[in-house]
Amino acid sequence: MEKRVLVIEDEPNISEALRFILTREGWKVDVSANGKSMLGTLQADPPDLLILDLMLPDLSGFDILKFLRAGEGTRELPVLMLTAKGQSADRVEAERLGVTRFMTKPFANAEVIAAVREMTAP
Amino acid sequence: MVRPALTGTRIRARRNLRGMRQAELAREVGVSASYLNLIEHNRRNIGPDLLGALAQALGVSVDALIEDGDSRLVEGARAAAERCNLDPAELERIDEFTGRFPGWAKVLAETQSRVERLERVVEQLNDRMTHDPYMGEALHEIISAVTSVQSTATILNDAQEIEPDWQARFHQNILQDSARLAEGAVALVNYLDAGKSEETGLAAPQEEVEAWLAQHDFHLPELEAETFDPARLVAGQVELSSEASRALALQWVTQFHADSRALPLARLLPALDRVGIAPEILADEFGIPFDQVLRRFALLPRDILVERGLPVPGLVICDNSGTILFRRGIDGFALPRFGGACPLWPLYQALQRPFVRLRMPLATAGRLGRRFVTYACAATRAELGFGMPSVLQATMLILPAENLTEEAERALLAVGASCRTCPQLDCAARREPSILMTAV
Repeated sequence: MEKRVLVIEDEPNISEALRFILTREGWKVDVSANGKSMLGTLQADPPDLLILDLMLPDLSGFDILKFLRAGEGTRELPVLMLTAKGQSADRVEAERLGVTRFMTKPFANAEVIAAVREMTAP
Repeated sequence: MVRPALTGTRIRARRNLRGMRQAELAREVGVSASYLNLIEHNRRNIGPDLLGALAQALGVSVDALIEDGDSRLVEGARAAAERCNLDPAELERIDEFTGRFPGWAKVLAETQSRVERLERVVEQLNDRMTHDPYMGEALHEIISAVTSVQSTATILNDAQEIEPDWQARFHQNILQDSARLAEGAVALVNYLDAGKSEETGLAAPQEEVEAWLAQHDFHLPELEAETFDPARLVAGQVELSSEASRALALQWVTQFHADSRALPLARLLPALDRVGIAPEILADEFGIPFDQVLRRFALLPRDILVERGLPVPGLVICDNSGTILFRRGIDGFALPRFGGACPLWPLYQALQRPFVRLRMPLATAGRLGRRFVTYACAATRAELGFGMPSVLQATMLILPAENLTEEAERALLAVGASCRTCPQLDCAARREPSILMTAV
């Protein structure tokens, strides 16, 4: 069965590039520009992987991560957090909240693909 | 206990000057010659009694044997040693080292002091990067655009076959993001250039006042009241941290309150509904100065404008030296944060023709130039007396313009923010090369 990834990223051109490279990798990619509207979906029908931007217009990536880690069905969901803020404090906070992988922008496509493969390896 | 660094050396020098042998001086002060030898080589601390006796025997004051610089030298060298986790056994010999090699010790202490100063600067810059919201936002914008360009360019470069639709979309995205990147870089350069001027002590209060007003979206409800105490309002604002910024804020708030009294909302709103933002009409209708109407528009509550489908304007005010005194930014029209703006701005043209009301459409220079309509006027701010120069103040209101007439399009003036960031390379008004010269 096709694996599903949700990309929550408010930069449309970045989402588009991610959609393209992940689709080529065989993923079914859904994209959302904000996290708030996706909370229900994430809980009801979690994807196999979440790529989550840290700075979003409504809820921050941290808020979403906290929400996911508190939910029964999403506690173990692999989350790749992307951020343009490479501050170590953010990385520490993300790790404290249970992020699976933290990656700073700008990233190389190959780096994202490698991380996704690694995070979802059986 | 007196530090021996250099003190021992000075004792030896004084003794030699007097032609005394070590044993002789040692006997006179009641210590062994070998102990005095250790002191003279800065290997032993000297008690105050012994130092007094030595000074007396050498015919000098105690002060002449002690120098303030000694302890600074030792502390500087110690700080450098501790930073490198020097072996404690070596560290114990620090007095000997500074005494024997005062020149090298000075180099070490000064280097250490310089390192500490630089570290403080780095810390301040780091703090600025972390806590300065503007810089944080500008960098975020740039990094996002870079990420997108890099990712998209890699796709176009790597992918063996891309459907024409995707290809076109990616080309479009790269174009968009590179323009965004250029805009972001220009904004950041303007910002950093402005930062340098903080050393003059002039920009910081102005920035504080603007940041404070920006926090209130450039509208303070108190300004609409018939009477209010500007000093009281300003005194209670934590964002205005210095006396200078509070004084500047008081000056502007008093001015803006006078503007709102001259054109109160009760009279202004029906006129806005009728004619929109038309300063030339309203100045005549209400019989008030043109520049006052311009300021009034720029400090109206946002919701009043948005409800009526009217744009939120930008505003720039300068004096006749060209120095910018006040800025309210508007999207797409970059305002340098301190002086040195584009000399083609109608703001400066107004200074050449005081009291003449100008209305000029313009476009920002560059491929993706945005259209604006500006209103500008210069008026007297202060008179210094007969035969003395007048102090002028020019005001420019900036409004986005979507549908200019063909005639206006033809007459469009292309302006930049400042020469340094302007892409219009063959401009006759250019006063310095643009950082974009190599990029365009």
